[in-house]
Amino acid sequence: METETKKKRVTYLNVAHGVKSWLFTVDHKRIGLLYLVSITLMFMLGSFFAVLIRTELLTPAGDLMSSDNYNKMFTMHGIVMVFFFLIPSIPAVLGNFLIPLMIGAKDLAFPRINLLSWYIYVIGGCFTMWAVITGGIDTGWTFYTPYSTTASISKVLVPAIGVFITGFSSILTGLNFIVTIHRMRAPGLTWFRLPLFVWAHYATSVIMILGTPVVAVTILLVGLERGLGLGIFDPKLGGDPILFQHLFWFYSHPAVYIMILPSMGVISEIICCFSRKRIFGYGFVACSSMAIAMLGFLVWGHHMFVSTQSTYTALIFSVLSMAVAIPSAVKVFNWTATLYKGSISFEAPMMYVFGFLGLFTIGGLTGLFLASVGLDVHVHDTYFVVAHFHYIMVGGALMAYLGGIHFWWPKITGKMYAEWPARIAAVLVFLGFNLTFYPQFLLGYAGMPRRYHFYPEEFQILNVFSTAGATILGLGYIMPLCYLLWSLRHGKDAPANPWLATGLEWKVDSPPTPHNFESTPTVDEEAYNYPVTPAAEAQSV
Amino acid sequence: MDSHESSLKSYFLVFFALMALTALTVWVAFMDLGMMNNVVAMGIATIKGLMVMIVFMHLRHSPPLTILAIVVGIFWFAVLILITMSDMWTRGLLGFPGK
Amino acid sequence: MSELVSRVQHHFADAEQQYESATFGMWVFLVTEIMFFAGLFTTYIVYRHAYSAAFAEASHHLDVAFGTFNTVVLIGSSLTMALAIAAAKQSKQRSTAIYLVATIALGCVFLGVKSFEYAHKFHENLFPGANFVYPGPDPAHAELFFSIYFAMTGLHALHMVIGIGVMSVILKETLKGSYNAEYFTPVECAGLYWHFVDLVWIYLFPLLYLIGRH
Repeated sequence: METETKKKRVTYLNVAHGVKSWLFTVDHKRIGLLYLVSITLMFMLGSFFAVLIRTELLTPAGDLMSSDNYNKMFTMHGIVMVFFFLIPSIPAVLGNFLIPLMIGAKDLAFPRINLLSWYIYVIGGCFTMWAVITGGIDTGWTFYTPYSTTASISKVLVPAIGVFITGFSSILTGLNFIVTIHRMRAPGLTWFRLPLFVWAHYATSVIMILGTPVVAVTILLVGLERGLGLGIFDPKLGGDPILFQHLFWFYSHPAVYIMILPSMGVISEIICCFSRKRIFGYGFVACSSMAIAMLGFLVWGHHMFVSTQSTYTALIFSVLSMAVAIPSAVKVFNWTATLYKGSISFEAPMMYVFGFLGLFTIGGLTGLFLASVGLDVHVHDTYFVVAHFHYIMVGGALMAYLGGIHFWWPKITGKMYAEWPARIAAVLVFLGFNLTFYPQFLLGYAGMPRRYHFYPEEFQILNVFSTAGATILGLGYIMPLCYLLWSLRHGKDAPANPWLATGLEWKVDSPPTPHNFESTPTVDEEAYNYPVTPAAEAQSV
Repeated sequence: MDSHESSLKSYFLVFFALMALTALTVWVAFMDLGMMNNVVAMGIATIKGLMVMIVFMHLRHSPPLTILAIVVGIFWFAVLILITMSDMWTRGLLGFPGK
Repeated sequence: MSELVSRVQHHFADAEQQYESATFGMWVFLVTEIMFFAGLFTTYIVYRHAYSAAFAEASHHLDVAFGTFNTVVLIGSSLTMALAIAAAKQSKQRSTAIYLVATIALGCVFLGVKSFEYAHKFHENLFPGANFVYPGPDPAHAELFFSIYFAMTGLHALHMVIGIGVMSVILKETLKGSYNAEYFTPVECAGLYWHFVDLVWIYLFPLLYLIGRH
């Protein structure tokens, strides 16, 4: 190859230059980076709303903004964070980058569709930004009818179109992953030799392609009702707003698993690497991903326990919701068992994993409270719910996303980040997160409802804790942004396998060449064949 | 070339069968079969759909994976409808308002 | 043979892997389409279950003749599509093009009849909204029926429009001689999409036009 004669190795980063080479790239690695930049921007936007919300809640009186504006703040926070950050976060960035590398393929099956999915995401994002600039939307991120179709005077259609469009980005990503994982695996890489990251993404993709179209058509119906006057969910015509909730939650509950399953994949990778052990119960962890994906579709009614949904259906949903705890617990137990007698080290990604294990467990267990019909009536629409889903979405998905970004940063950029700031940031995120959201469990149980910008004075002390925690949490998010960017210029060059991890992605140089592999690799061993000794590693490279 | 000839033949056969079934479904719709009207209409539509999928969409020559994908799609289609309907069927059975 | 090699994108091992990936991908896409329409069918079933008499009554305002005619047209277009793929597989580019033109033409006939029906409904004030006037009993639930009718047939028609757009591109490529016995994947995938749209109509027709006719 030419590479050897040149002084500098050709990588996917330096193979072409200029804005055009990025905007028209079909390389899955570059598209992953495009996603990384765009979802980081959306994360900042969503955080901006969170800052305003937490500032408003510092005092019992609604003094910073009007009720109407507060409604818009939490709505925009929810829409941006759910649809534009959490759902694409790990799949579109790390999944895009890593799945072909992990299965020994040169690219995803449909590279141009992959690029298209990014453009669709950006167009959807633009609609949402437009809505933000022109006055916002106040329906809550759930677009509940009939408020969204008839009552709300805010601009519902624009962000609804944004969410509708972005849904197709998610569908195309899921489709690409499924075909790639089925058809493009390297010789010898059987299903039960796949890294668990790939299994998790397979399960996620199944949810994406089965669920997303339903929410797309539901939001479309809301749009038709609001825009054209069709009366699909209009109670005046005998339409049923609860039907909207059925359709909406058919996707939006599994959407939680779109967020958490990829993070579980990340956790499996990191935890094996830094405890130098094969994962405990590989088959169970792999199959529990599929089980979560399937059971996740059967539990949506637990969002509707206090609606007019039939009590009998509610009971079935309650039982099925509790059943989701089984595969989730299987994973947590197996990760814990993987740690047992491992030689554990505390690199920054592992710190995030430990954070994840604790926070996800709390989030999951409080989920059982909410799955119980009787108890849910008491805590429904209170801060208990808010705290619960932030433990899953932020404490779970976001922690794992940050852990994954740190873990694969050397592979993605070819640079090592500074280890100590990263560890400090991980601790700050963990402490800040708990200080922010643990008080919200107490607030909710004491009866503070969500979505109000004023509250009785006896709730103030816990709200002050929460806002203080959010400040620490914010610092914990700003730090990685700084030292990761710093590492791009000043970081040490990363070797091919800085963590001595297993997996095909660590067998190629950092950063990888444009086509990933010189020749198609063959796989003749199980996943997570730890420990990897430096000597063996030197031999294989 | 034999397979080519035979597939052309099957396309025309399926086309005429679909025509006949369309006529049948319209004809049956005008007869009073009570509840069976819906069953017959959906039954005929499903037969037509299967013919389109198996012959026109080449399902008979497709790998099992494709069939699995379709089965999964139809299964979740049924899940959405059945669970939503389970709510509609059992609403109002308890004697207090709103349930 | 060189033609064949140039058609395989760099990341696929061989033409077979590329073909199988493309057709499987298309089927997965059709599964998402199934779920897309599943939302509409669920809506339909829930309301039909709740207001079956009003739905049957409202359905009588649709013209069975137009519906039947369009069903025949659409099934005919599926036949020509299947024949187009068969011709493409045989490298018969001329007949592929003819069958594609026939498919597009039949698709346009379908949309023409559909728009005629729509215009008629507007004229009769049967489009939901402020101007909705319904002569029969239970106008509220009838309006619900027409809301669903327009949503379902409208989205189906949108799929037809997209399909005709896709067919036009395929036709253009066929005339340029892009497809032959070794490489006809786009024709095959476009055909799968077209048949799927036909399949949806096969269900929509009895559900919307043929209820409570006796």
